[in-house]
Amino acid sequence: MRAPVSWLTEYVEGVPVATGREVAASLVRVGLEEEALHGGGIAGPLVVGRVLDFVDEPQKNGKTIRWCQVDVGQNGQRVSEGTPQGVVCGADNFTVGDLVVVVLPGAVLPGGFAISARKTYGHVSNGMICSAEELGLGSDGADDEHGIVVLQRLLGDQDAANLTPGDDAIELLGLADEVVEVTVTPDRGYCLSLRGMAREYAHATGGTFADPAEMASAAPNTSGYAVRLDDEAPLNGREGCDRYVARVVRGVSASAATPPWMQKRLTQMGMRPISLAVDVTNYVMLELGQPLHAFDVSTLHGPIVVRRAQPGESLTTLDGVQRTLYPQDLLITDGGTAVLAIAGVMGGAASEVGPSTTDVLVEAAHFDPTSVARSSRRHRLTTEASKRFERGVDPDVTGIAAQRVVDLLAEFGGGVAEEGVTDVDHRPARPRLDLDPSLPARLVGLPYSHDEVVETLREIGCDVLEMDGAGPKTPTLSILPPSWRPDLTNGPDFAEEVVRLRGYDQIPSLLPRAGSGRGATHGQRVRRVVANTLAGQGFVEVLTYPFVSEKNHDDLGLEANDPRRTTVRIANPLSDEAPLMRTSVLSTLVEALRRNVSRGARDAAVFEVGLVTRPLWEPQAAPVPGTDRRPDDVTLAQILDAVPPQPRRVAFALGGDADPAGWWGPGRAADWTDAVGAATAIASALAVELVVVPDEHPPWHPGRCARLELADGTLVGHAGELHPKVVAALGVPSRTCAAELDVDVLTVASDVTVQARELSTFPVAQSDVALVVDETVSAAALESALRQGAGEMLESISLMDIYRGDQVGPQRKSLAYRLVFRAPSRTLTTKEVNGLRDRAIATAATAVGAVQRGA
Amino acid sequence: MPGPNKSYDPVEVAALDPAALDAAVAEALTVFAAADRLDSLKAARLAHQGDGSALSLANREIGALPPTAKAEAGKRVGMARGRVAKALAERQSQLELERDRRLLIEEAVDVTAPVARRRIGSRHPLELVSERIGDIFVAMGWEIAEGPEVESEWFNFDALNLGVDHPARQMQDTFFVAPPDAGLVLRTHTSPVQVRSMLERDLPLYIVCPGKVFRTDELDATHSAVFHQVEGLAIAEGLTMAHLRGTLDHFVEALFGKSLQTRLRPSYFPFTEPSAELDFRCFICGGSDDHCRTCGGTGWIEWGGCGMVNRDVLTACGIDPDRYTGFAFGMGIERALMLRHGVKDMREIFEGDVRFNTQFGMEI
Repeated sequence: MRAPVSWLTEYVEGVPVATGREVAASLVRVGLEEEALHGGGIAGPLVVGRVLDFVDEPQKNGKTIRWCQVDVGQNGQRVSEGTPQGVVCGADNFTVGDLVVVVLPGAVLPGGFAISARKTYGHVSNGMICSAEELGLGSDGADDEHGIVVLQRLLGDQDAANLTPGDDAIELLGLADEVVEVTVTPDRGYCLSLRGMAREYAHATGGTFADPAEMASAAPNTSGYAVRLDDEAPLNGREGCDRYVARVVRGVSASAATPPWMQKRLTQMGMRPISLAVDVTNYVMLELGQPLHAFDVSTLHGPIVVRRAQPGESLTTLDGVQRTLYPQDLLITDGGTAVLAIAGVMGGAASEVGPSTTDVLVEAAHFDPTSVARSSRRHRLTTEASKRFERGVDPDVTGIAAQRVVDLLAEFGGGVAEEGVTDVDHRPARPRLDLDPSLPARLVGLPYSHDEVVETLREIGCDVLEMDGAGPKTPTLSILPPSWRPDLTNGPDFAEEVVRLRGYDQIPSLLPRAGSGRGATHGQRVRRVVANTLAGQGFVEVLTYPFVSEKNHDDLGLEANDPRRTTVRIANPLSDEAPLMRTSVLSTLVEALRRNVSRGARDAAVFEVGLVTRPLWEPQAAPVPGTDRRPDDVTLAQILDAVPPQPRRVAFALGGDADPAGWWGPGRAADWTDAVGAATAIASALAVELVVVPDEHPPWHPGRCARLELADGTLVGHAGELHPKVVAALGVPSRTCAAELDVDVLTVASDVTVQARELSTFPVAQSDVALVVDETVSAAALESALRQGAGEMLESISLMDIYRGDQVGPQRKSLAYRLVFRAPSRTLTTKEVNGLRDRAIATAATAVGAVQRGA
Repeated sequence: MPGPNKSYDPVEVAALDPAALDAAVAEALTVFAAADRLDSLKAARLAHQGDGSALSLANREIGALPPTAKAEAGKRVGMARGRVAKALAERQSQLELERDRRLLIEEAVDVTAPVARRRIGSRHPLELVSERIGDIFVAMGWEIAEGPEVESEWFNFDALNLGVDHPARQMQDTFFVAPPDAGLVLRTHTSPVQVRSMLERDLPLYIVCPGKVFRTDELDATHSAVFHQVEGLAIAEGLTMAHLRGTLDHFVEALFGKSLQTRLRPSYFPFTEPSAELDFRCFICGGSDDHCRTCGGTGWIEWGGCGMVNRDVLTACGIDPDRYTGFAFGMGIERALMLRHGVKDMREIFEGDVRFNTQFGMEI
């Protein structure tokens, strides 16, 4: 919402002149945040000049320029004292003797446009004759948009007669007037008017508010234009229209121009002047906050009937769009049949006032905020009117606003108001509310006195009665909020008014004692360990958008029935290319890897910890209970159950070299061991034992994919090298490796209190064995058998070598292990160690057919 | 050089001649001094101290001397041998020292050569700021609460006093889950976590909820469809706006330091009443530049909203609003990161370019 400073201060008395910045600073204190400052930014010399003489000079480029001699008076003489100034002008809508606005060298026009004497078309032009646009004025109605401002036309001959060349035109035309633009929050609908803004400016500055709505309006009578309020389907029990004022003004001159001051204000407010009738309704809306509509009486045939739409009805609105109406839409109709307008949103094209309109029906009505909001939303049509009705319009200003329009049409359009004044008034009585006067102090933490509370509430327009409390109760206040404040409905609302007007800067700073927290949860700490471990392993944490597409699933090689294709779909995605919520973190992480590579990083390793959405097979609609109390447990459970499970995952991916090349030698290409290794590192960091099992699982290479499980077989995730087809489809480096683990599973698995083992200080004994097995036997299976056979004295086991070749035969491999034994309380003998080793070998022979190499 | 005097011969042999002894010593000393390496010193030692050396021969000759001469000759030879041994030891240690020194010099490397043999990873600065914020509140005795990102409309809107017709519900630019009657949205703020906490936890309640939120904004320098918020909620008997301000003051100081000036200004949120907006003094112009591009000339930068929890919200969560009061606040973590570390463009936070992250290290 904008407010020209000159207009705003018209309604506030006793406040010193302030700049736009100062006005904005005052308004923000009462909750109207500055959005922008407009206007101003103009510096003279900008003066009244009289055209003494000119010569039209055709140019080679086809244009004709006008070489003018202009009297700019004593005050304007900066360039050559006392003589007329030569100025080149491109327009020709003026003649000798016209008073014009001349900007002289040294001046600055809006937009930082600095003026200097310059040579052009063979003359030295000492400045410029200004157009309305250049001065930031609207069009003056008579001339074309780029025309020169002729002051006799702009101000009228009578006013212009008092002007002398050299007079300051900035002051004359109010060009220094700044416009403050603020954000109006949804609870403050009344501030979508100069009336409301000025009220707040008075609150902020301590000035006296002069209410522009304090004016007489004609009393309603029965001879006015017939209006019937016929809402048969009120929403929430509230009539769609509870007040409708209709006034008729006849004989408005079709050629009457909107007065320049009004045009200027409309322009300052960001509106385009159109015609007197339209401009006046807009002006009064900006002034008082009451949206108004002007109908051409000659297009109307019956009474105004306000009713809900019927199926199949449609309306071509003022913006030229034909709209099918919804049964809930509240309509203004002509005699109940022809639709004239969607109430409070937009009028129809057919009844619009036009160039030939002379008789105008002025509508000032009060519509239900919900009804207007829903129509506005359904039709995707937000208008100046709907914005105001949605947020609440003062139902007491209806008649006054209509009167103001009637008066302005009479004054500037020569119209005559009909005597009939229609005011169908179904306004419900506004309830009084009780307030404990100590509540503001208790809620804010400042000792506001009883009187301070009462005074503040009266200041904002409340009618406050001080009631003696019955019995031991403290006195209460009975409050009737002002008609323009439908947002004031309970104690905290009033408390906010008190603290707002007394100043938020007065609120003290007091740190509450929160009691005793238990620190971060195990899950939160696990997440940090996971992230920090991966960072320690050389991976860089990234954040990606969790949105994917079907194509992404195709690229990952997911089968048609893969559960990861069961997704939550966004109804209104940012991009139709990515309407699905990810079901794996890896699916979006690979894009970050690809981007790094495309930006020139040959080697990259990235990871992300985040949620995935795994919808239920049969999604169920969540109930929407009322909010007047806690939902019952069954309903609450239903709401919670309708939210799809969203496990937390960690995914990581790396491509290129895992260890970089450099002067020390070649790099080491990333391979599946890096992916499995990093997964194992995470498990170690959480003291969780991971079991590695070969698996075939997209998007991994079927021969290089590890399934990672807990000891009890619970799936933790997968790691390995990506499938070559996936690598090609995603455009990531060849041999890219990746993993995805379920952090929630790791969290549960690691949520045990580890009990310390006693450390033996007796000497270790080591024994090396080389065992030959079939290719199909996994290292994990062999190691498991060795561990089992070696028994409790086995402290560690390491795979030192894997050999394939002639010495072991085809489809066979030899695995060389180092077994380290240690007893808790004595030194093992060689004989004992050999015995343990032999048992290990025997167990491996039985379990996986291992044969000692060379045996 | 004479041979050993094997037969008894009382005549003093040449080797025992003082002059010859001196000459042998002098020669040995000269040779030791000339030895410039340990191996040449070793050869010199064999020649001048070994069994065949002149001094060894002289020593052996002593036995053949008449008893009267033995003592004197013995003393003379002993002294000569002592001088040689001492010189040898000195030279030996000198050469060893030189060898050690040379070895260390030879083993010297250029320690300025780059050593990035392993890739260095890093955390995302946004996550680090988020963790730091969590730590600040945990240190005050608060707890960190979390919830799902795909959330029911009831938690995201209704329970927060944002009914279907509420104008503020339209301002949220919500992603809705299909089909529309699913009643699910991508949470537009972390406030549903507050609702869940109020329904699940005991009072008094002090929680912060950091997390990902979603609005239908296109990614540009200052907007992102996915961003992060941290919200706080305190509910207890007797909490006031003064406690809200105290908490925010402490929070701001802990995160940004003492120098940052803040203000509360009146605002509106459906879930709080009274409501306020927390602004920072512009850290670029300090309020002195009408054309400042960072604050738009207002001198203040908006960080987040806050206020006293609306009675209707407490009621919907089953909390007696006549007994308990509470305050809540919500701030953008991206903005904190941008302000605190001079990040100019929101896109850098979400593009995943490793060059962005690695500059922050692991502690922020």
